[in-house]
Amino acid sequence: MFSYCTDPATLEGFQWLSCYLTTGKHMSMYYAFGTVLLLLAITAPTALAFGFAGASAARSTVAPLRWIGKTYIAIVRGIPDIAFFLFFVIALDQAFEYIRHRIKCPDWTEPVRQGNDFVVCTAAKLPLGNAPQWVHETYGFMLAVLTFAIVFGAFAANVLFGAMRAVPKGQLETAEAYGMSRRQTFWRVLVPQMWVYALPGLSNLWMVLIKATPLLFLLGVEDIVYWARELGGAKQPQFTDYPHPDWRMWYFGALLIFYLCFTKVSEVVLDRIMAKLTHGQATTAGERQRKAAA
Amino acid sequence: MKNLILTTAALAVAGSMALADAHSVVRLGTEGAYPPYNFLNDDGEVDGFERALGDELCLRAELTCEWVTNEWDSIIPNLVSGNYDVIIAGMSITDERDEVIDFSDNYTQPDPSAYLVTSEDVDLANAVIAAQTGTIQAAFVAGTGATLLEFATPDESVAAVKSGEADAVLADKAFLAPIAESDAEVMLLEQEELIGGGVGLGLRESDGELRDKFNAAIASMKADGSLNALIAEWGVGEQF
Repeated sequence: MFSYCTDPATLEGFQWLSCYLTTGKHMSMYYAFGTVLLLLAITAPTALAFGFAGASAARSTVAPLRWIGKTYIAIVRGIPDIAFFLFFVIALDQAFEYIRHRIKCPDWTEPVRQGNDFVVCTAAKLPLGNAPQWVHETYGFMLAVLTFAIVFGAFAANVLFGAMRAVPKGQLETAEAYGMSRRQTFWRVLVPQMWVYALPGLSNLWMVLIKATPLLFLLGVEDIVYWARELGGAKQPQFTDYPHPDWRMWYFGALLIFYLCFTKVSEVVLDRIMAKLTHGQATTAGERQRKAAA
Repeated sequence: MKNLILTTAALAVAGSMALADAHSVVRLGTEGAYPPYNFLNDDGEVDGFERALGDELCLRAELTCEWVTNEWDSIIPNLVSGNYDVIIAGMSITDERDEVIDFSDNYTQPDPSAYLVTSEDVDLANAVIAAQTGTIQAAFVAGTGATLLEFATPDESVAAVKSGEADAVLADKAFLAPIAESDAEVMLLEQEELIGGGVGLGLRESDGELRDKFNAAIASMKADGSLNALIAEWGVGEQF
């Protein structure tokens, strides 16, 4: 990166470090921080949407819809995350490919399962075998987002389900008395008021989600923990210009600081959101806010 | 408007023709953490003996190849589910693996496995021996009286010996020799174990055509001596 980096063996101290920290490999690690943040930025709203759909379904008056919602919450919450991540993603990927296989290659006669192999026709591969590497990576990333969203959506659904029931019944009865339909009551009275009850549970979920991002590597996405392990391992002079002993401690130390800072920032932001949501609510904190302002 | 439709149709036809070409890109899966066989260089690209070998094999077999890294633990499941087409990761040919996947001809001679230790007076029969999960070395240690300590990456198994968690690490000699050479703290034992039947490419059992292409390329590299030159350059065992 810098002009003096051509022969790292002659460098020392700060110059050596500045060259070391700007190798292509380190750039991949910095890039991985972006991947993790992007994952969180996409997963959080998606999981919330899954949760909202799950919770709405679970309290629906239509029986089949209610069963779907409740089953989703019960099953996904009950399975260990790691089992879900190992099994579900491969199954999901194969399900997509199988559907495409049936549509795109109707006259394929060989079985899809040949012993241990899962073989679909070339046109059904997802992504296509000849797609560039970034397509494969994006596809892997999207699978990761979907899996995270389904897992955390189930927890969010349970939180929202509880929050919807916590809204004082009097509020809903009043809405009914004003002649609102069920739909109107739901969207205009229940939903705006439930967030204040949901936020403590959701903020917990967000924290857990941040800490769960290293599971990404199970899905083949090279995240920061993967790079910390790879870069921190001892390097022999035969294979690198920057030989060093086992430095994993420093790399994982840096990750520790990153995660701590990130969760701290999250806490501050969540506190602010909580204060905003509490405003004008019939809760203890809302009452305190009202008195403080008065 | 008519032109637009024609162009779209032409593009669609061209697109589906490109799709029909099976294996137009062969994806090579490797671990990227096992020098000198395969590792990530300073630029973060796959490098090492198998990088040079794989590129040459693809050239000779007239294939377009792409490199992918995958964790060792799940390297076979991801091959059979089709995430890449070939495993090229210093994987020794064993009967157990051969039941699940197919192997090409071996491209290295059976390389003896060596013990890396911090002190030479280790009683191997009763020692705690570290090895990478799912390797022939781990299976070997499990079959002896020693206590097996498994790690997900080769690097972690070496770190375990240096920290005193394990008494020795058993791994391919080609992997351990550069470590013993550059690190004064550790050394190789005289005793070596001859396990495994050489390293080969791992392929899906249903992919016989691709295997034949690679076998032909390996045979041609054996015949003209270029494979021996690569083996000598990277120090991965005996010549053919």
